[in-house]
This record gives sequence, C-alpha cells and structure tokens, in this order.
Amino acid sequence: MTKHSWAQELLRRPAGVAAAAWIVLLVVAAVVSSVWTPHDPFDTDPYSAWQTPSLNHLFGTDGIGRDIFSYVFAATRTTVVVAALAGVLASLVGIGLAALGSLTARWVRESTAVLIDILIAFPTILIAMLLSSILGGSLGVVITAVGIGYGVNIARVSRGEIRRVGRTDYVLAARASGVGSAGVLGRHILPNVAPVFVVQLSLAMATSILAEAGLSYLGYGASASTASWGRLLNDLQVYIAIHPGSVVWPGAAITLTVLAFNLLGDALRDATDPRLRARRATSEAIA
Amino acid sequence: MSPEAAGLEVSGLSIDIGGRRVVDDLSFSVATGERLGLIGESGSGKSLSILSLVGLAPADAVVAGSVRLDGRELVGLSERELARVRGRQIGMVFQDPLAALNPLHTIGRQIGEPLRLHEGLSRRDALERAVDAAAEVGLPDPAQITRLYPHQLSGGQRQRVGIAIALACRPALILADEPTTALDVTTQAAILDLFQRLVDERGASLVFVTHDLAVLARITSDVVVLSHGRAVERGTVDGILRGAEHPVTQGLVAAARATTWRAS
Ligand SMILES: Nc1ncnc2c1ncn2[C@@H]1O[C@H](COP(=O)(O)OP(=O)(O)O)[C@@H](O)[C@H]1O
Ligand SMILES: [Mg+2]
Repeated sequence: MTKHSWAQELLRRPAGVAAAAWIVLLVVAAVVSSVWTPHDPFDTDPYSAWQTPSLNHLFGTDGIGRDIFSYVFAATRTTVVVAALAGVLASLVGIGLAALGSLTARWVRESTAVLIDILIAFPTILIAMLLSSILGGSLGVVITAVGIGYGVNIARVSRGEIRRVGRTDYVLAARASGVGSAGVLGRHILPNVAPVFVVQLSLAMATSILAEAGLSYLGYGASASTASWGRLLNDLQVYIAIHPGSVVWPGAAITLTVLAFNLLGDALRDATDPRLRARRATSEAIA
Repeated sequence: MSPEAAGLEVSGLSIDIGGRRVVDDLSFSVATGERLGLIGESGSGKSLSILSLVGLAPADAVVAGSVRLDGRELVGLSERELARVRGRQIGMVFQDPLAALNPLHTIGRQIGEPLRLHEGLSRRDALERAVDAAAEVGLPDPAQITRLYPHQLSGGQRQRVGIAIALACRPALILADEPTTALDVTTQAAILDLFQRLVDERGASLVFVTHDLAVLARITSDVVVLSHGRAVERGTVDGILRGAEHPVTQGLVAAARATTWRAS
C-alpha cells in the first residue's frame, strides 16, 4: 500500500462515495430550489388534492393540492442550513470545551469537566423546549439546541480522547525528538483525535436533521412559512391509512440523509486511519 | 568528573510524585563515548530517571538535583530550551516500538521529524535523509519501507525505526529504555548488535536501561543497580556476576543465569 490522500481513500469506498454524492446532491438541490422549483411549494389547489405521482407532480400532491416534490425539494434548503449551522456550532462548542478541559491549567480543566457533565444531563430536546418557550419556535432554536446539546457530547468524547492520546508513548517520543508543544498538539494529538471527532460531528449533523424534523413536527421548529421535511411528515401522517404513498417521500428523504451523514462519518474515519485502510484492504483480499 | 568535563553527569537526582519518593538521590556519570547500564527490577524507577534527564518526567513529578551535559545544567531549563536538546544532543529509544510510533505518520516522516526540527530540512530533504537512515539501521528496501506505516512493520523493524529516529541528528548521548524487552530473543540479539555497532561508529555515549543482566552484558560493562529508586550497587557486569553484594543484585544475577541456561 502506498500513500494516498484521505480524499482518494474516501473515493475508494462505495458507501462513502454514495453518502458523499447524496449530500452533494442535497446541497445542489438547496441552491437550485432557492431560485427554482417546478411548482410553488406552498401553492394550494383544492381541485388537485391527493394526486398520484405523474410527470407534472413527480411525488404526487397532498390534501390541499401542494406539489409534494416541490415542497420536499424546497425543504432541502432547511435541512442543509440546519445541518451545516448545527455542525459548525457543535464543533465550536465541542472543540472549545474539549480544549479547555484538557489543555489548560488544572483548575480550569477540572471545572470544565464538571461543566460538561452538568450540560450532558440536559437532553437536546429539553434545551430546545426551554429555548422555544422563551424565544418561540424557530430553526434558530433547533440549531442552537443541537449545537449545544451535541457540542457537549463532542466535547466529552474529544476531551477523553485528547487526554488518552496525550499520554501515549508516541507523544512522549515526539517530545523526546524535540517537538514543541504546538507541534505535539497539531501534528500528533489532534490528527489522532480527528477520527473520533469526525464520527461525532457526523452524528451531530444527522441528529440535527432528525431534531429539526422532530421539533418542527412538535411545533418547536420551522415556522409554517418554511418548508421542512418534519412538518410535511406531520401534515401527511394524519392520512397515512388512506394515502400511505405520500408519506414515503419526506420519510425517505429524512432517512436517507441521516444514513448518509452516518456513513460519510464512518467512511471519513476509515479513510484517515492507515490501520483501518489496511483492514479494509485485507477484507477485500479475502472477499 | 569536573563540571566542564564532556559527557553526562547526574548528581543527587530525586523525583517525588504525589508525595511519594520514587527516585532518591541518584548519581552517576558517563564520559563521552562511554556506556553505562542502569539495571533494576520493574518499578525501581529506571524509566522515570532517564525521562527526567531530558525534562520528560510526568507533569506532577517534582524533580530535584542536577543533570549536566558537557557541563551545561539541564534541570530547570525552559521547555523551549529543552526541546533544542532533545533529539539533537540526546536521543531516546523506547521500550515498546509500536506504541512509540505515531500510527498516522509514515516511517519516513517519523525519522525525518527530528531532522526537520533541528536541521531545518525541507520535507523532501528530510525524507531523503530518512531513507539513508533507514538503510543505516539495516531496514530492508529503505525507499519503500519509509513510505509504510508502523503497523505494517515487524517488531524488530519498528525498533530499528526507533533507533533511526533517536540517531537521526547524531546526538552525543543516547538513552535507551529497555529497547529489546518487547522483542523475541532472536530479534533482541540483532537489535543489540545494531546498537553496539552504531554507538561505536558514532562515538556516542549510551545509558542503557534494562532489567536483564544477560542483555546488559552484551552492551556494556559498567553498571548501576537500582532498587526502589536508590542506587544500591555499582561496578562491572563481571564483578557483579562474580559476587553481588545486594540481595536485589543477587536476584538479577540468578534471573540472568536462568535465562542463559534456557537459551543454551
Ligand atoms: N506517572 C506516574 N505517576 C505516578 N507514579 C508513577 C508514574 N510513573 C511511574 N510511577 C511510579 O514510579 C515508580 C518507578 O516507575 P518506573 O520509572 O516506570 O519504573 P521502571 O522503569 O524501573 O519499571 C513506580 O513505583 C511507579 O509506580
Ligand atoms: Mg520502565
């Protein structure tokens, strides 16, 4: 095995490629749908309610005659924005707390550890309900709740990992070679913590999509004027016994996207670790 | 040895961790080009002693005493100053060669790291030197092996890499902490031969830590016996084999005789 960049490694994994392709597709859909959708996603037409899929209405229509495809298409923007912002916020909270909890003076380190333990006791849903009772339901609430809720998770896992890696022989050996503290952190500790971080981040982004859907479903999330898969699912599930076909679309969109984030996280972890690359190569040789 | 004398001089080295004294008033010296064995049972303070020579004792350890390299006091130097000593003037070899290599970096990058740090080499130049260094420690197909990762090498090859890293910048002093303990007997012999040859060629000083007198006998004759953080006996390997005074030393001699019988 010779050296490959992690991007090349990722492209050699079918699951990783499929997941990355799905997410790229979502981002493209989010951009395109902000300037064009086949129909206005909010346009109601009582005369064309519950139509089955056709060329005009690819996913059919709902009970008030909205074009389901246009709505699902337009809602990609909500999903992408929520996942991206929640991911950024969770990373900032996670990295910030993890760094405070592992690289600072002893009393800061230990207080941060306690703070992380306290924050972890608050489930994301509770943070969202608290925030929305104060600020009203909005996507901002979803993003903040997931960002903090999952950021704390990332902090706890990353902090433990930074401390574990910091105590390894290879970090000691690097210092014995004359590597300074910045080099030890940047070249030896963080790259070895990255795989765990990436998996946690992908979980946070997947969770943010589920949380957006769930909270919008419960009324704490997207407002009625924002297209959201969770809200559509809520609208359609009432009629699931009569029109089961229509629920499939937002349901599949949510499931596939959550799956894609999880698969991409795992594929990235494998692609960045030479030991896991080797394991994959071996299992391929056996297969 | 006068303070200006070339080589390593350790005097009154004491280490406390959490109120417990784990190394107590340890003194020894190694003149340039000389070798010294530090022997003792597991937990006697060997690793802590040699780590603290270059300021690498754990953060909660309190280190007192004096460590002079060519007359220069190392205890109390800033982390920045110590970083310029480590790898450049003093090279270290560790016990578990797999654990001591970064799993994410290629062999070439790891051998090249001290060269980039201390000699300011570019990535490419460091890699070129790493290939030479790999050849020097007897790694097969050096150009290819420097592109591999630690998990792809055998135990003996990994320790050769560890030695290449320690020797990359041609340090005047090498500290080796049980470098053959994790290896099987045949590999052990090959690595000891390599050590002999390289240290000789370079005219470097060596502090060789082990719990195995049979291993030590192949490397050096001068030895300090450590027990519970104290130097309990000093002398030559021959002298100790002829008549050890301290019970701990007698135990080490008995253990060495037992392994030698098994091996022969
Ligand atoms: N990081 C540490 N914290 C607390 N005690 C330690 C630490 N490292 C080593 N010790 C203690 O110091 C003593 C000497 O350890 P060490 O130098 O590793 O022994 P050796 O290398 O001779 O086996 C042991 O009793 C060990 O338990
Ligand atoms: Mg030891």
